[in-house]
Amino acid sequence: MDLGKDAQTMGYWLTEQEYRTLSYALERLIPADEQTPGAIQAGVADYVDMLLGAFCFDPPRIWAKGPTSGRYGGQPAFGEFHELSALDELAWRIRIEGSKGIPEREFNGAVTGLQESYRQGLAALGDDFCEIDAQAQDERLRAHPEFTALLYEHACEGMYGAPEYGGNKDLIGWRSIGFAGDVQPRGWSDNEVTSR
Amino acid sequence: MSVDAVVVGSGPAGSTVAEALTRAGWTVVIFEKGRNHLLDLSDPTKPARDFSNDEIKFLCRHFLGPDPIVEPRTFRSSPEDGERSHTGEVNSIPSTVGGGGTHADGKVPRLREEDFKLLSLYGPQRDASVADWPLAYEELEPFYTEAEMAIGVAGQAGANPFESFRSAPYPMPPGPPMFGATLSAKAAEALGYHPYPAPTAANSVPYGGRPACNNCGFCAFFGCPIHAKGDPVALLMAAMASGNAKLMPETFVSKILTNGRRATGVEFIGPDGTKRSMEARYVVLAAGAIETPRLLLLSGFDHPLIGRNLMVHFQTIVVGSFPMRLHSERGRAVTHVHDDHILMDRDSRAAAREAGLPWIRGGMVEHSGTSLPIAEAKTYPWGPDHKVQMRESPLRDHLWAFTMQGEDLAQPTNMVDLDPQVRDARGFPVARITYKPHAHEVVASCHHGPRLAEVLKLMGAHWTLVTTTPSCKGALGAGILSPIPQSRHVMGTVRMGENPSASVVDSFGRFHDMDNLVVADSSVFVTSAGYGPTLTLVALASRAAAGLR
Ligand SMILES: Cc1cc2nc3c(=O)[nH]c(=O)nc-3n(C[C@H](O)[C@H](O)[C@H](O)COP(=O)(O)OP(=O)(O)OC[C@H]3O[C@@H](n4cnc5c(N)ncnc54)[C@H](O)[C@@H]3O)c2cc1C
Ligand code: SF4
Repeated sequence: MDLGKDAQTMGYWLTEQEYRTLSYALERLIPADEQTPGAIQAGVADYVDMLLGAFCFDPPRIWAKGPTSGRYGGQPAFGEFHELSALDELAWRIRIEGSKGIPEREFNGAVTGLQESYRQGLAALGDDFCEIDAQAQDERLRAHPEFTALLYEHACEGMYGAPEYGGNKDLIGWRSIGFAGDVQPRGWSDNEVTSR
Repeated sequence: MSVDAVVVGSGPAGSTVAEALTRAGWTVVIFEKGRNHLLDLSDPTKPARDFSNDEIKFLCRHFLGPDPIVEPRTFRSSPEDGERSHTGEVNSIPSTVGGGGTHADGKVPRLREEDFKLLSLYGPQRDASVADWPLAYEELEPFYTEAEMAIGVAGQAGANPFESFRSAPYPMPPGPPMFGATLSAKAAEALGYHPYPAPTAANSVPYGGRPACNNCGFCAFFGCPIHAKGDPVALLMAAMASGNAKLMPETFVSKILTNGRRATGVEFIGPDGTKRSMEARYVVLAAGAIETPRLLLLSGFDHPLIGRNLMVHFQTIVVGSFPMRLHSERGRAVTHVHDDHILMDRDSRAAAREAGLPWIRGGMVEHSGTSLPIAEAKTYPWGPDHKVQMRESPLRDHLWAFTMQGEDLAQPTNMVDLDPQVRDARGFPVARITYKPHAHEVVASCHHGPRLAEVLKLMGAHWTLVTTTPSCKGALGAGILSPIPQSRHVMGTVRMGENPSASVVDSFGRFHDMDNLVVADSSVFVTSAGYGPTLTLVALASRAAAGLR
């Protein structure tokens, strides 16, 4: 399945409206400039959407497999994901879905999940977020510092993490900063390590 | 079912004990609460293939555990903070088969002779429990040598003028120095310091059936995709290959079972959630210096020193930004270190006197760069400048840093106990850490930090910055980082000694008041020294195993 295309056309968990707001918000956090593309072109919203919708997949899209991605040789193993243990699943369902009043998930009290944080945070940015100008968008983001901090955390991960998690499309994030990414099994020669 | 020994924890300490005991023909069961991503359990001569150069998986998503949602810890600086000031991640070392050995970048120096007798050499410090170890360096030396051979340590004997006595060379030569380290080592030398290739548990040549490191650069915090890291793959593989060991991953030991002076076995909860028990002739605790005291407290042990005297390393972090690109994503995280700041000289004695302290000691200084773009990106503010910063990369590609692993004095008030309220997902009280540095650490850091900044300036830094973790009043750059220590070196919570009222275990890790209960991890440390604890804890664990046979 071509993740990039599918994500753009159907989304994993977010509604179309939410996905649009999210994309525009992320672009304000990591905007394109004359030299390099920003969050929209790198598909960072897909990173977030795939995390929020991780449990739509079996195995859930939490941890890519190893040891190699195939980009520098070896098998493209990052394309598959690890099975979760019962404890892993509990942790990630709490993190993503929240505790939802389920006693098993509330051993330390109620927890708000990422899905709810995003649903409320994106709604708070406003339905018209994509239509207002950049300055007004920044003001709205600053008016919601907690949500914006969460967004930025994920923006950085989606921009500069492995593309198998949905972001960093065509390695735009890595290429724009001259980062080689995962290099196994090639690694670096002794000379590349020591010389300038 | 009864076995010769059960070992709680499969990190470097537990692996060492398991290897030594199975080699002697004992049957051993190793309990590990985390998952197995290290070995192919159907053929333990083969490694698993789960590790990868993946910053999201290892740094953002807790692949190696513990996940702070289902296994939180709590923290407070002192009881004045109330029951806790933070719940979540506190000083987590991986909870997985192989423990912290899987993702440490494996700088494994030995301690020096004087580290074992600080009290008799330099005297006490107020409010701290400075003491001599119940054993001398000379007694541990053969075990250090054995440990270096077993896990495979690359290094260069004689390169460090302050090194302790060695009866054998390192089994491998050092790997290639990183570009930045060649520059910082030169600058350090010019200022009279003595940098040397870091003794590292990563193969510089094929060793022990594992390949040489190929410098992939995703080293500290990552499992090694090609298994070039030594500890504890090497020891655990050997234990499993003996046919005498059984590994029980995803199995939490909830209680040590006892009968008078005897430990009779353990109670445990497996992956299916049911509680069972197992009998054993010996019970060996190697759950790490936070979880070992937690398990003892969960089991009702009540020696007043259990959990006390928690030590970390007080890290002084000195960073500089440079005109040239340093490409620190190539190579192991640290290739050079120097020891000069551990030693006392006229200046450090004067600084101590001025602060009203009898003496101060710093720690080993690691020369290192940073290599991870997600971590870098999160340090810049969002907005139009983000991409400019990322391209220019002052905090990654142009950054070089020193981390001093400052000696942390033992204080009885720094401790691990059971949180009165917070639980893990299995329903057990979690470890609560109460920790605040002693004036000694802060004074030592303020003394040595600016000196390290001078080295970076000579190396050509545009600017330098000194900060510490934990941050606290009086420390340099106070307030930048949090009061929770970031050091992953934890020690001291089940102290060893000769006197049963001033210590919990003897020099072989055996409980003074139990016949067959042993602690094999860094819980037993008496002082923290200024060195990473892993080689020393491995040496102590193999000595503890020798004490059982
Ligand atoms: C990023 C990083 C870099 C590091 N670099 C260095 C370095 O350069 N040099 C150095 O010397 N040290 C370094 N360390 C520290 C090193 O990892 C530890 O010193 C070492 O792992 C301690 O070994 P251990 O066996 O005592 O405990 P651990 O490695 O902590 O292993 C204990 C194991 O016991 C398991 N366990 C705990 N409780 C239970 C229970 N109740 N039931 C079942 N299982 C249980 C845990 O899940 C864990 O796997 C580093 C650590 C990190 C995280
Ligand atoms: S740098 Fe070397 S030892 Fe470290 S993870 Fe990469 S290959 Fe393994």
